[in-house]
This record gives sequence, structure tokens and C-alpha cells, in this order.
Amino acid sequence: MALNRKIAYIDLSTGKVEIKPIPVDVRKKFLGGRGLDAYLLYNHTKKGADPLGPKNTLIVSGGILTATCASATARTHVMAKSPLTNLLGSANMGGFFAPELAWAGFHHLVIKGKSKKPVYLWIHNGEIEIRDAAALWGMTTTETQWAIRRELDDEDIKSMVIGPAGENLVRFANVMTGIKNSGGRTGMGAVMGSKNLKAIAARGTMDIKIAHPIDALEYNKRFIDQITSAKVNQTQGTLGTPFIWGATNSWGGVRTRNFQYNQCEYADDIEPERIDEICTETMGPYHMTGCFGCQVHCRAQYKIPSGPFAGKYDEGPEYTSQGAFGGEPDCKSAETVLTGNHLVNQWGVDNLEIGSIISWAMELYELGILTSKDTDGLDLRFGNDEALLEMVRRICFRDGWLGDTLADGGIPASEKIGKNSFDYLIQVKGMNNLHSDERATPGLALNIATASRGSDHLRSRPAIDLYHLPEAVLRKIYSNPVPYDGPLSSEHTEYIGKPWQVFWQENCYMAVDCLGICKYHTTFLGATLPNFEDWPKVLYYNTGLEFTPRELWDIAERCNNIERLFNLREGLTRDDLKKGDTLNHRYFDEPCLRGAPDVIGAKIDRKKFKKMIDEFYGHHGWDKNGIPTPETLKRLGLDQEPSHLL
Amino acid sequence: MEKILKIDYQKCTGCRLCELVCSVSHHGVSNPARSRIKVVKWESEGLYVPMTCQQCEDAPCISVCPVKATSRDETDGFVVIDYEKCIGCRSCVTVCPFGARSYSSIDKMVLKCDLCGGDPQCARFCEVKAISFVSADRLGQSQKKDAAKRLSIAQKAAATLFPE
Repeated sequence: MALNRKIAYIDLSTGKVEIKPIPVDVRKKFLGGRGLDAYLLYNHTKKGADPLGPKNTLIVSGGILTATCASATARTHVMAKSPLTNLLGSANMGGFFAPELAWAGFHHLVIKGKSKKPVYLWIHNGEIEIRDAAALWGMTTTETQWAIRRELDDEDIKSMVIGPAGENLVRFANVMTGIKNSGGRTGMGAVMGSKNLKAIAARGTMDIKIAHPIDALEYNKRFIDQITSAKVNQTQGTLGTPFIWGATNSWGGVRTRNFQYNQCEYADDIEPERIDEICTETMGPYHMTGCFGCQVHCRAQYKIPSGPFAGKYDEGPEYTSQGAFGGEPDCKSAETVLTGNHLVNQWGVDNLEIGSIISWAMELYELGILTSKDTDGLDLRFGNDEALLEMVRRICFRDGWLGDTLADGGIPASEKIGKNSFDYLIQVKGMNNLHSDERATPGLALNIATASRGSDHLRSRPAIDLYHLPEAVLRKIYSNPVPYDGPLSSEHTEYIGKPWQVFWQENCYMAVDCLGICKYHTTFLGATLPNFEDWPKVLYYNTGLEFTPRELWDIAERCNNIERLFNLREGLTRDDLKKGDTLNHRYFDEPCLRGAPDVIGAKIDRKKFKKMIDEFYGHHGWDKNGIPTPETLKRLGLDQEPSHLL
Repeated sequence: MEKILKIDYQKCTGCRLCELVCSVSHHGVSNPARSRIKVVKWESEGLYVPMTCQQCEDAPCISVCPVKATSRDETDGFVVIDYEKCIGCRSCVTVCPFGARSYSSIDKMVLKCDLCGGDPQCARFCEVKAISFVSADRLGQSQKKDAAKRLSIAQKAAATLFPE
């Protein structure tokens, strides 16, 4: 039964492990996955805790549907206070780890304290052992995983690990499983590193009883047909996320040269079709792979075609790597993108953050704010592929003054570099943005400004806004499961109706993260994919729990509010440029220079943006400062937090 | 008509949905340890191969069984276990050249693919058709066609190299 998966509290300082059931009442309030993680973080981390100190709590989980007979329940969620933002830290990854953790008997791990020496956790059929990891320290992410399998003599072990970047406390180090599945954002790898925790290895053969197996199986088949019939997922399954690059770059939504341009020109070598060609040449016609139980199979396999790492096998690259190692630094070679992707996967660092921060440094270098003395002679200009990859290494290993400085994240680095370097940093709440450019899309701009983990596209992005769907279709999507009769616009350059869309998407993505399924299986890139109407059935067939779509919406809203409470407790204030729901001044001041006719000249209107934020807060039941009102907290049953139910 | 599972491993994405639906349809639980099919992986090479019973004509598992619990079903042509007779000695697991039989310590019994009584769920759920359920005498059909296509492409290319 999914509901009998346990929660374990592990204190690495004392070595004490405590295992408890998760009461159904708690499930009904927070479901599981990211939602319950947020509750646990709020309850188990004290205000002002040092993110890299023993008082920070690291929470690892699968969703309530993980490894059940539902579609694509592969997601692992990781949460802690972020060493990058000093606010909410949260990362989500695919692969096979969370299902294995569930078969081993667990849904949530709450890890506290700090081990004196490197250790890893070995989780096997209801038991948890803390083991010595001295031999693993210093290894890359894949070396670590294979070494654990050898040590425990079981090829089916799935591990979640950190690489050298996490050990070196790079504040945007990620956690990884498999070849490239990464819990990338907010530096969760550094939190593991700070606890001397190299890996969590899981292996399980415990039944997850399906409440209504025949119905679950048949409904899953229907679900799969719905998902694979969507054109967007068929394209994903052929080209992977790079397909997004083709479309986005053509209309002018790709940040280039940090933030100087919104389109990467002459980039044929990193177009999705070219990447696909390399994958076919090196891995054959069937080179797509997928996470547990998923039919979208959006991950490509490749070998680096040329250069110093020629022949190395890896997976991806994702859309994010095309931006990080292609568009932003203006290095337009497939070899560089594929090599950069390989290096970050091996060393365990967030591709998105490192690409963005290096392209920021490149802009500073060209402006003379950074000099060759600061770079130890490295010619850090845009378009210098070698310098880009060398900088990746220096950051991961904190080599040299600049590598060490950038490894601390954008805001601390800007304080160290000084001058007006901060003005050029494309960040929200201390986390750098994806390589996307939101100046022509106010809805997407609102999304990155208000996302709970800092500038981020996976928290509340109304991506279907770009499809110009008829208003009637938008209304059908956005007025369920709660009624909405306010304005909606099919025009992506508009401001009206966007706050509601972002609010709706925020709840939609939270629900998905609580269930433990992938966002490609809901209203993210595809407008016809399952959402609130469908999930109650999947939940009932698999777990026996009964919910209405409205109840799931309420749970999602509750979980989003507890994330908000955490951020507010750690100092989020609405207009704070470093900790608020704001955007860098460049979004308002510098118009787009390239792209489609309606994109050229676009920038965000300050007044209208402020009004969007007000409206967005209003939909939540938050006051003008973005603080949930007492009535809102009471309505969501959060007026007694922290309530320490678990 | 005798039908068997055709495994085209190159198409396999390694998602293991086959393992999941196998355990759910047979036992009502999600647990790959109780699945009759297993995807063997070389992750560092990106190679995934689903392994399951080949329904061999001259099946070693039939020959080795000391109590004749394994036999060929005459109507459908596939290899079946009679659990009334099976003593759980695991000889068939050891002798199978494909490792397609497994012993489940949960069920205390030997597991093998029973083709779900004629509607194998692994094939039904495999979207990429790495697993398909085909007539035994048409097993090589698609390879034949693929090879023929390659041959015709090669011959066309050769013709352009040596014009008359």
C-alpha cells in the first residue's frame, strides 16, 4: 500500500534513526512529495538556520503515487533551506531513485545534523544504515553510483549522490541519480556536502499494494494514450526538450550574451535537429530514453562527437544546457554544449545556474568590471568556448579567485566584485534565471518573479500562453476546478488575466509535485494533458483515498502557502531586489532587440507589472505585502503552524 | 496460431513500465521483484535489454524438471508451470539459458512469463514497441523488411558511384 510507506528521521550527528508511519490525516492535508516536504521543512528548521550548518534539515521524498500503477511517477523531491538563496530550497528530478526508495519502504527522509566523516545512507527493505563513504569522497556522480553497487554487490541499487561540486560546497551544486537526472536548483548538493553525506542508496523488494489493480491498470492505459497522443509529447519523445529551443529562439525568447540580446543568431549547430543528428550518429536511430514508467522518453543519449572528451557517453542535453552553454555565453557549438552538459553531470552542479553565472561574469569582463587579473589571465569574453568550459571546472573545484567567488552564487559574488556588477545579474531571490527572456511575455515574467524558489520556470509558468489558444479553450482550462470569470487573454504580450493563470499553474504544478509525477504529464507544455479532473481517479484506484478535484486544489494551495510562510519567515519582502518578488531593472529598462516583430522593442511595464503582482496576491488571499491574511491561513487550516504533526 | 513475445531491445527506452504492469496484473502490487520480465541495463552505455521467457521449442526447463511440473501447453504452444506439481527446487531457474525464470522469495515460488493468458500486458503497454506480441512464424518479418530497405538504399548509392 502506498499509504504504508514510512517517514524516517536520521540524525547524522548522533547516528540515530527513527522510523514512523505517515498518518492518513497528514496525507489528506499535504498529500506527499514536495507538499509534505514543505510542511516538514517549516516544522523542522528554525528561522535563520545556517543552510550549510547542522541545523539545516534536508528532506528527500517520493510522491504519494511514486511507483504505483500510475503514469511517470519517477520524481524525487529534495528540500532544505537553500545555501544559494537563504530561502526555500527545492529540487526535483526524474530517474529511478524515488520508486526504489518506495519499494524499500519509505516516502520521506528527514536528515538532520552533520556527520564527522563522509558517510552514505543504505536503505534496504525497511532498514536504514549509515555507512562509511571515505572511499567515495572525491568521486564523480556516476563513479559514486557504480562504486556503491560494487561495494554492496547489487546492480539494482539506485542512488542519489553528489559530485565534487557538492563536496566543495558550491552553493548551486545539485544532487544526481543515474547519468543525468539532476535535482538541479537551489544548491541541494551543497547541503548534502555540508552534512558530509555523499549518497543515499536504496534498494527494495517490498510490495506496494494497489487498491484497485484492474481499474488502475486500465486507467493508466487511458492516461498513457492521452499523454502520447499530444503532439508536444511526441515531439519531446523524438527531439527531447531541445525542441523548445528551436521554437523559443526563433521568436526571440532566449537570453543571449547574458541579457544583451533575446535571440541567439547563427546557432545552427545547436538547433534541435542538429543535436538529434549527433545522437543518431553516435547512438543509433533509437536513442531516446525515459524515467521510470514514462512513455514520453524525452531524454536523448549521445556521445560527445569531438574535442578533448570525444566518445564520452552522456544523456541530454536538455533545453537548459543549450542555453547555459550555448545561448547565454554565445558559444554556438554542439561540441561545447554536449561537453558542458557532460561536465556538470559528472561534477554535480546545476547547469542552468553555472551557465547563467558565467555569462554574467563574461558581461562583466567585457565591461571591464572584471579584469584579466581577476580571471587569472583567462580571456573570459563571450563566445570563448574554452574559457567557458574552463570556468565550469574552476567553479566546481573552487579554483582561483573568480572560481571561488562565483561558486558562492550571484549575490555574494556581486558583493565581492563590487562596482555595479549586481545590476547585470539576472536573478530573483538570489537564484539566476533560466536562459529564457520574459520581456515579451508578462505572464512568464510574473511567474519567475514570484516563484517560491527564486527565478524559475517550473513553479508556475503558464507556458501554454505562447500557443495563442482561443479564449474559450483557456477558460475551460483555467476555470476548473475553481470557477474563474475574470478576464483572460490569448495574447502572450498582454498583462490581463495573467495573474490568474500563474496562480492556477502554481497550484497545478504543486499538485503534480505532491503526486510525484512529471510535469510533462500535465498542463505545462501541452494544453490537453491531464490535470485536476483526472488525478482523483488515479489516486483512488492506486491508494483508495478519495478526493474531489477541488480538494486537490485546496491541498496544492495549502502547500504553496506553507512554502510562502517559510520564505516570509526567512525574510522575503515584496520589493527587496535580493529577496523579493521582483525583477532585475533590465526587464523594465532595456527593450528586446531581436526576434519576431511583436517581440522587438518589448519590455516589461513597471506599473502594469506592479498591478499584476497586486492581483496575483489578491487571488491567493495575501495582503499588499504578499503576506497570507489570517483569514486565508484559517481557510487553509494553517493558522496553527508550526503544528508538528510529524 | 502460436504467438510469442518479440523483444526488439534497441527500441527499449529502459522505463521498466513492463516490470510494473507485470507485477500489478499478476499480483495486484507494484513490485519488480515479482515481475516475470526484467530490463537488464548497462546504464553507463545507455543499453537496455528486456529479458523474459522465449517459450523455447526444446525447452531446458521442461527437460530439467524432476516432477514434470513444466510442460508445453498444446493449444497455445507456450511453456507453462503446474504449481500443483512444482516442488520449488529452482532447477529451471538455474538451467534457463536466458535467465528468464526467477525465484520469488516473497511468493516462495518460481516465476515465469505466462503471456497473461494471451494478452501480455508488457506488450500492450510498451508504446515504443520494444516488446510486441507476434505470430511465431512472422518473428523475422520486420528485420527482413529493414534489411531489404538498407540493401536497396545501398544499391542505389552504389549505382550513383558507378554510372553506366
